[in-house]
Amino acid sequence: MLEDKSNVKAWFYLAPALFLLTIFIFYPIFNALFLVFLRDYNYLQGTWEGFTLFENFLYVFRNQNFTQALTNTMIITFVSVPISVIIALLISVWLNSVLKLRGFFQTIFFLPYVTNAIAIGMAFAFLFNQNYGLINTMLGWVGLNPVNWVGLGATWGNAMFSLLVYVVWASLAFKIMVFLSGLQNIDKQYYDAARVDSTKRYRIFRRITIPLLSPMIFYITITSFIGAFKAYTQVIGMFGVRLGPPGNDKSLITIVALVYDALDRSGVPGALSEAAATAIVLFLITLVFTLINMQVSKNRVHYSGGGK
Amino acid sequence: MEIRLENLTKVFTNKKTTNTLAVDQLDVTIPSGKLIGLLGPSGCGKSTTLYMISGLLKPTEGSIYFGDDDVTTVPPEERGIGLVFQNYALYPHMTVLQNIMFPLENLKVPKEEAMERAQKIADLVGIGELMSRKPAQLSGGQQQRVAIARALVKEPRVLLLDEPLSNLDARLRLQTREEIRRIQRETGITTIFVTHDQEEAMSISDEIILMDFGVKQQMGAPQNVYDEPANLFAAKFLGTPPINLFDGKISAKKIKLGQSVLGETKESPKDIVIGIRPEGFIVQKEGPIQADVEFVETIGRDTTLIMIDPTDETKRFRAIVDSDHKIEAGQSIALNIKPHKMYIFNQQTGERL
Repeated sequence: MLEDKSNVKAWFYLAPALFLLTIFIFYPIFNALFLVFLRDYNYLQGTWEGFTLFENFLYVFRNQNFTQALTNTMIITFVSVPISVIIALLISVWLNSVLKLRGFFQTIFFLPYVTNAIAIGMAFAFLFNQNYGLINTMLGWVGLNPVNWVGLGATWGNAMFSLLVYVVWASLAFKIMVFLSGLQNIDKQYYDAARVDSTKRYRIFRRITIPLLSPMIFYITITSFIGAFKAYTQVIGMFGVRLGPPGNDKSLITIVALVYDALDRSGVPGALSEAAATAIVLFLITLVFTLINMQVSKNRVHYSGGGK
Repeated sequence: MEIRLENLTKVFTNKKTTNTLAVDQLDVTIPSGKLIGLLGPSGCGKSTTLYMISGLLKPTEGSIYFGDDDVTTVPPEERGIGLVFQNYALYPHMTVLQNIMFPLENLKVPKEEAMERAQKIADLVGIGELMSRKPAQLSGGQQQRVAIARALVKEPRVLLLDEPLSNLDARLRLQTREEIRRIQRETGITTIFVTHDQEEAMSISDEIILMDFGVKQQMGAPQNVYDEPANLFAAKFLGTPPINLFDGKISAKKIKLGQSVLGETKESPKDIVIGIRPEGFIVQKEGPIQADVEFVETIGRDTTLIMIDPTDETKRFRAIVDSDHKIEAGQSIALNIKPHKMYIFNQQTGERL
């Protein structure tokens, strides 16, 4: 009887969250799953011409930008995630050992997290500006010619490099925060024990810090992969709706950008279904890589930092 | 190897710049190859002293010598010590073997030799069959042994143990302390262990160093400290059940408890504390102390009498007497005192007189 009562209470407490989740998460997911199987769905009139299993997916793969979007997304993911995880790890280990001005540095490294992505993107676009940007100025100091990173007719390679620098930088804040809290949870005695046992610093890092931090590293890697697969705002922030440097439009298109692209054509019959199909393709890609991630890290993650 | 602490002082300063004097001008010489118990109540500075010897804490003043080497400024990694932490600090992600081998890997010992030495030391401490387990799969006592093995495997000059038995249950504690004694004997390594448990320290130490408020109170073989306490603190801290204390005075060269004369002394008249060990009483027809028995506890060969203090009815004292005496609660009996079980202390300073 007691259990019955608490169940009712539990549902009551959950209701606000469930209400919002239903409207903004569950309904859109199921609606997308439904749209994918409609043929020539007309959004404005709410009509469709029967059902289909694969047709909408074929639209996705036949989209002239699909290969480019897939390539860009993969590059953003597989370059930015490992680099940012490693940099974040080094910075947080350093921060953890710093005594003076620690609060100051923590604030600095955390700032990007609470700053608007679009605003930072614009700032980065300016950093990479060919004539006034800090990057080219610095290249000039060491005697190198200015590079056209993001300006008119900039090459895909240059633009992608600039984008990656920004993506890595912007994703550091959250990672550092998580790693730092993880590091602070590691019992100081392990380090004392290691010191007494004459352990060199890099060995302490490799044999003690990394394994004890591995649950955090694993968590961050998985969520960063998922986040990077969804890259879009960063491109908008830096390059605007052109999705590429001027004269090289859409060269930095991503999979999520394809979804919005299709949504822009929502008046055309079938466009909404194509958007839904794109989203599902992205979901499947993310799922596959997450499963691979979990498999790979199975024997490398140690969930026993607390002793039990 | 002999360890010498000279004028060792540690002051902790916190952010509000309040200073805590944890260890106060400690002068101690620890003989080579002995098992030494660093004993005292919590907060007396014994762990701080141990960590200064290990090098993990820097002394505020004073010096530490290992043999003839001044190691005061030598970092812990170069001191060649083995340290067993209170909660062992075994690396949770490594197996027992990896834990024990870890110090050897740091010293670049070839892998095969390292494995051999790890196995040998694991056999010595009795965990030779548990090498592939993780610490979480071990009992407290087993973890303790792994920690000792890890500390010993690199053949340190000194073995330091911080409250090594406090995380074990009562039965394991008895067993493990014998074990520590045995391992120390077999390796012959100078060993210092910290404890707040006087029984633990007395049962296995060659010598104990008794500390209170950061100051050394007394050092010596456990039985000597028990028989000849240097001050009131030493007398109170050692012994179960604890020593009985009475307020008395010296007048006309006589030790007086109330009106009774318990003995003679050369001291000038003053207020004193009389300490009498529970086993220091003898039941006789006549004696200087006449007191009422409140309870009688007979356990095996001993009888413990809970007696009402004749000078203060609110106080009780304990006498352990031969169970041959048939004594019942409510009786009034006369007690005599074994002179070598009675000590007198200055009431103001606690100094033994």
